[in-house]
Amino acid sequence: MELVCPAGTPAALRAAVDAGAHCIYCGFADETNARNFPGLNFSRTELTEAVGYAHARGAKVLVAINTFPTAGREALWHSAVADAERAGADAVILADLGLLAYAAEHHPDLRRHLSVQAAAANPDAINFYATAFDVRRVVLPRVLSVEEITAINREIDVETEVFVFGGLCVMAEGRCSLSSYATGRSPNMNGVCSPPEHVDYATEGNDSVARLGGFTIHRTPKGGAAPYPTLCKGCFTSGDKTGHVFEDAVSLDASALVPRLAQAGVTALKIEGRQRSKAYVAQIVRAFRAVTDALDARRAPPALALARLSEGQAATTGAYAKTWR
Amino acid sequence: MQEARENIAIPKILTAPMHVLPLWPVSIAFSQLARKLLRAHPNILNRIDKYQDCGFDLDITDLPFILRLHPVRADLRAFRRNAAPDADARISGSLAAFLAMLHGVEDGDSLYFSGALQIEGDTSAVLALRNALDDAELDLSTEIANAIPLLAPPLRLALAPLEKLTGLHLHRADTTPEVY
Amino acid sequence: MDLTIAPNPFFWNAEFVRSFYAGLAEAPVARVVLGELVCSKRLPFWQDEIPQAIAALQAAGKEVALTSLALITLKRERKLTADLLGLGLPVEVNDLSALHHIPEGIPFWVGPLVNVYNEGTLRWLARRGAKRICLPPELPMASVAVLAGVAQAEGVALEVWGHGRLPLAISGRCYHARLHERAKDSCQFVCDQDPDGRDVDTLEGQSFLAVNGVQTLSQAYACMADHAARLQQMGISALRLQPQSTGFDAICADYAQLLAGDMTSGALISRLSAAHPDMPFCDGFGHDGAGANWRGKAVLV
Repeated sequence: MELVCPAGTPAALRAAVDAGAHCIYCGFADETNARNFPGLNFSRTELTEAVGYAHARGAKVLVAINTFPTAGREALWHSAVADAERAGADAVILADLGLLAYAAEHHPDLRRHLSVQAAAANPDAINFYATAFDVRRVVLPRVLSVEEITAINREIDVETEVFVFGGLCVMAEGRCSLSSYATGRSPNMNGVCSPPEHVDYATEGNDSVARLGGFTIHRTPKGGAAPYPTLCKGCFTSGDKTGHVFEDAVSLDASALVPRLAQAGVTALKIEGRQRSKAYVAQIVRAFRAVTDALDARRAPPALALARLSEGQAATTGAYAKTWR
Repeated sequence: MQEARENIAIPKILTAPMHVLPLWPVSIAFSQLARKLLRAHPNILNRIDKYQDCGFDLDITDLPFILRLHPVRADLRAFRRNAAPDADARISGSLAAFLAMLHGVEDGDSLYFSGALQIEGDTSAVLALRNALDDAELDLSTEIANAIPLLAPPLRLALAPLEKLTGLHLHRADTTPEVY
Repeated sequence: MDLTIAPNPFFWNAEFVRSFYAGLAEAPVARVVLGELVCSKRLPFWQDEIPQAIAALQAAGKEVALTSLALITLKRERKLTADLLGLGLPVEVNDLSALHHIPEGIPFWVGPLVNVYNEGTLRWLARRGAKRICLPPELPMASVAVLAGVAQAEGVALEVWGHGRLPLAISGRCYHARLHERAKDSCQFVCDQDPDGRDVDTLEGQSFLAVNGVQTLSQAYACMADHAARLQQMGISALRLQPQSTGFDAICADYAQLLAGDMTSGALISRLSAAHPDMPFCDGFGHDGAGANWRGKAVLV
């Protein structure tokens, strides 16, 4: 089982390699990737160096170019694909139809993975991308149960990669405009969800209030844990109900499901968190490497105690368990 | 692992005199440190990018003053609390939390989710600074030794016992940056 | 420029569906997209209305297409999608996996839930057989202008979201069921209680979103009346109006007058506000800002 780990900076990439990542994914420092946060991501030179570091230690590097190119500015995305190939990347992770077509035509030897942002949630979608663009691996959206993943793998010929840890989108990825509705900037267009420049923290009376684009997302007693105002994790009111209408402030931890995911035919396990620090990356990667090593040796995987690192410090197995829906 | 959110505070006997002593020597010493550090790690400013000209308040709650970082001017000045002009962003937390984050022992987001670190103002600027420092893999004890060579030998000797005594992460545990 | 009616995203009972589409047959709109967009579990309750709705609409001279589901996961949903093709009407693809069932060369339409953000994607879809594409609502006007040019060159009719609660997200999880503390599989069809979706406000009472089963919509109703003239100049061929449970006949009539130049956008908005005094509006995407903004301003209550 391959472990695919996040890196937002060269330091995090080296930390992931050193901690035992088989594969690291990262992106360029612009809106071509879905973690376009200030201070994050790689220059062309940094990527080339990072690929050298990883390859020398037997690890692969995947470059996420997984936003949807802006009309009239496609050249930025096209050059990102060319530069990833030039830097020696092992694959690019793409979501946009047009960009997939471009990469298949102009960079046929560069391996293509389908980003979770393409939300290919059934065998028909996956077979469509495989046939049309020779996609070799699909990152499955986080809306599927383990049973559904098993069924999907029976009907497709490409590899599947699933998220096992980190931030959790409750919406089908790449098909959500909540962020742009509140702020004008979205994951699809700008590579950011609930962008920090639209976040406002305030202390009002005895409450800490977090707003996004002026909309109140959280109101917590002062001094308590203040969640980042990610829209779909907010606390809202609907009729007589007040609470987390969409999702609680939890993150995904499917470490206990890894053996079942392996049985389901999954090729690679993905850890979310390019926006997190190298300390985080190193800890999570080390913990999951112990899980995959145990699996390869047919031992029972160790139970992980990673809740401390999670947003809201609580974890869920998400859609992998059917009851989540 | 030592948890940064445990209540490790600097003993009052050390901080009490700072309430009355002038802050300008502190400002000079810290700015020297910042200048040398930013020169040695030019990528920090690259990563901070358009937030270089922002003022960041580092409110280390167990110190009697706050530090104002102005990256582009390589300025790290001390202000009395409530006497500082408005900054663009403010990060507050214990010295233990700051050091654990800076030295890669704890993840900044985790510290923030748990309430050990709080942020106000321009969240983008804070993220840029946090990510830039994370990538730089700083070791504060090395940086201090480099900035003020006079302090290097005693620092080297005192580091381990001091860490033991205070429970603070005074150096990097994961990598050993070279002394330049 | 003419009018296209979006598939109704809400769960309405059979009688309501029948009278809605009977009314629509009389409305000054050029085409109607029909079918279940949001949740396949609803379909048995109203699918028998579809044949007569199609017949009535076609008899009134309207073009009719059938939509795919927005998110296809289950086996029966895939079969349902494959079966759409055999019905002799154009299929509107709202989940790209429907393309797997459409042979090369067979024309199809593309709905606003498919990500068409740029020239490359538009060209690829056009060459695959797309004849009509409704752009995603969040698309900035500069992108719309670029794509309008490409669409004309490729012989594709381009639509822009004109009116109605914006489809903002789709999920595997049912929020209606969750609000009623039920699992999706035992939802007891509670989304039928909210014919226009269920409002979700912030803790400070700002009107914000609306949930509709597995779909999340804006609580504000998009109204692109102010932008219609500009869109027309760009070469956009239709505005898309989304069904709502009240006052829809008048909405169709007013937008038709707007496009014909017989009503100003200001007059349309006044009439709309008068008919729906509690309805929040938005058109922020038309100003390249937050989608929730209305006529260039944030409308936080």
